[in-house]
Amino acid sequence: MGAITLIDAINLAMAWEMEHDDSVVVLGEDVGVNGGVFRATAGLQERFGKERVLDTPLAEALIAGISIGMASQGLKPVAEIQFSGFIYPTIDQMINHAGRLRSRTRGRIGVPMVLRAPSGGGIHAPEHHSESNEAFFAHMPGIRCVIPSSPARAYGLLLAAIRDPDPVVFLEPTRMYRMNKQNVEDNGEALPLDSCFILKEGDDVTLVSWGAMIFETLKAAKELEADGIGCEVIDLATVSPIDIDTILESVEKTGRLVIVHEAPLSCGVGAEVAALVADKGLFYLHAPIQRVTGYDAVMPLFKLEHDYMPSVNRIKGAIRKTLED
Amino acid sequence: MTISAKFEIKYFQYLDPAGKPVAKKLPKVAEDRDEMLRMYRMMSQVRVFDRKAIALQRTGQLGTYASSLGHEATHVAIGAAMRPEDAFFPMYREYGAQFMRGVKMEEVLLFWGGDERGNDFSGPKHDFPWCVPIATQFHHAVGAAMAYKYRGEKRVAVSVIGDGGTSQGDFYESLNAAGAWQLPVVFVIANNKWAISVPLELQTRCETLAQKGIAGGIESVQVDGNDIIAMREAMDTALDRARKGKGPTLIEAVTYRLSDHTTADDARRYRKQEEVAEAEAKEPAEES
Repeated sequence: MGAITLIDAINLAMAWEMEHDDSVVVLGEDVGVNGGVFRATAGLQERFGKERVLDTPLAEALIAGISIGMASQGLKPVAEIQFSGFIYPTIDQMINHAGRLRSRTRGRIGVPMVLRAPSGGGIHAPEHHSESNEAFFAHMPGIRCVIPSSPARAYGLLLAAIRDPDPVVFLEPTRMYRMNKQNVEDNGEALPLDSCFILKEGDDVTLVSWGAMIFETLKAAKELEADGIGCEVIDLATVSPIDIDTILESVEKTGRLVIVHEAPLSCGVGAEVAALVADKGLFYLHAPIQRVTGYDAVMPLFKLEHDYMPSVNRIKGAIRKTLED
Repeated sequence: MTISAKFEIKYFQYLDPAGKPVAKKLPKVAEDRDEMLRMYRMMSQVRVFDRKAIALQRTGQLGTYASSLGHEATHVAIGAAMRPEDAFFPMYREYGAQFMRGVKMEEVLLFWGGDERGNDFSGPKHDFPWCVPIATQFHHAVGAAMAYKYRGEKRVAVSVIGDGGTSQGDFYESLNAAGAWQLPVVFVIANNKWAISVPLELQTRCETLAQKGIAGGIESVQVDGNDIIAMREAMDTALDRARKGKGPTLIEAVTYRLSDHTTADDARRYRKQEEVAEAEAKEPAEES
């Protein structure tokens, strides 16, 4: 397999798993003949049939709810929510049922489903299409929330998500769908759902980010290299539950932590990372933890979205601040 | 002007409140003495169980309990008509159906006693536990039916909702999807006239709740939910249709909530005693 985009990788992962496991079905709005509005499911219905790639009525709570029903009876549904702002009707089903059933039935009924959705801004989309809502799902017990940030990780993490015996919310950074290409081997190999990925090693500051913000974070790290500042860049990838050990190991080395995410600051996943580091690694820190995030405001329409989303300059400023003392 | 579509809702009743046949011809199940006895025994058992559970709550040995007083015929008919391989998606008071499917009384008491192990009950392992968030269970039944249809299995998903639940979006979404996909699912509305303190006439302007199924393009009937024969016949017909690939059915079972909503409720605050007395004269499980 040659170089492919993140959206191609998502498509490949679903196709691989459908090819190898008859219990995997894909459902959502426009996922069939149309192949999804972002083309994530392109060609799947043609290849696997209408029984396995289902265009649902336009009802997001239904999509989540029927996925739970299907999963409870032996299928592995991979459901698509079309845009990030439409995911909220699924929250009732996800928190009250998907995340609870295994626990409340003492293991009798599991819910091996994946809820896929695009996430984040930066593609000049209409209102309600650009939100970053991982914190809602990170707050739900029993739900794993995963955000890939490269084609290879999208492929491996989605495979793992489909194979996981419990529900996974898989948020795909819309801005990265076609941002760059990467060589991905279509070999069915999954990546772990319980660990961060160290994308760049460095000794001076630890940068933790996820999703599309990995792009700006890596850029800031590279630009500061010229000034002799060594940044270690960690892709959180699974935002819940958090692999805190990898982060702590890095912070022990660097003594400094900058967290970057696109979602609003307050009660964002960054707050949890910061709290965990304060809890378990306070004395590693040489400087206060910095968070570079979206603002505690409604995600603006696209004329202003780039002022809302953390920029390379804002990230560099935060990194320098941790080095001031 | 032409009429684009026309609909009607049929009402089924074979027994009057005193248990006397009102129809000229009774369905087959009425001639099956053993089956009728099995259902009658269970209706009596649920009634006794229910009174005991309320007593346990009143004496501090159980948490809040949702009684099924008055719903016995509706619930028992559902459980009696289903096969073990079918799946049941209850709300939270369908003990008559669940006992018929092998759930034990002590498991119900475990659950209402605050212990999740009650949800790991006996009976079919694919049956769902009680569902408190109103109407969300209908989606699960639709999903299960999709799984059965996908694998070509002759199984049916059955779910129960209350009259209040028919105001939820999930209710309409489920009916709509099950209709569009012609799924093997049976939806039962246990219309007991009260959603905690809100009476049916504040819930909807519709003459029947069954007619809400018409919007989903699915077979919809109304039955006397206190008439075990009518209820059983409606279930048998609906299950048979579903198994034959003829799609979903919505059954409105007209009954009455004789008890408070739960033991945490006091219905005397909002409904007249005369109304309850009138309903008690029509209730299904005890000789008057």
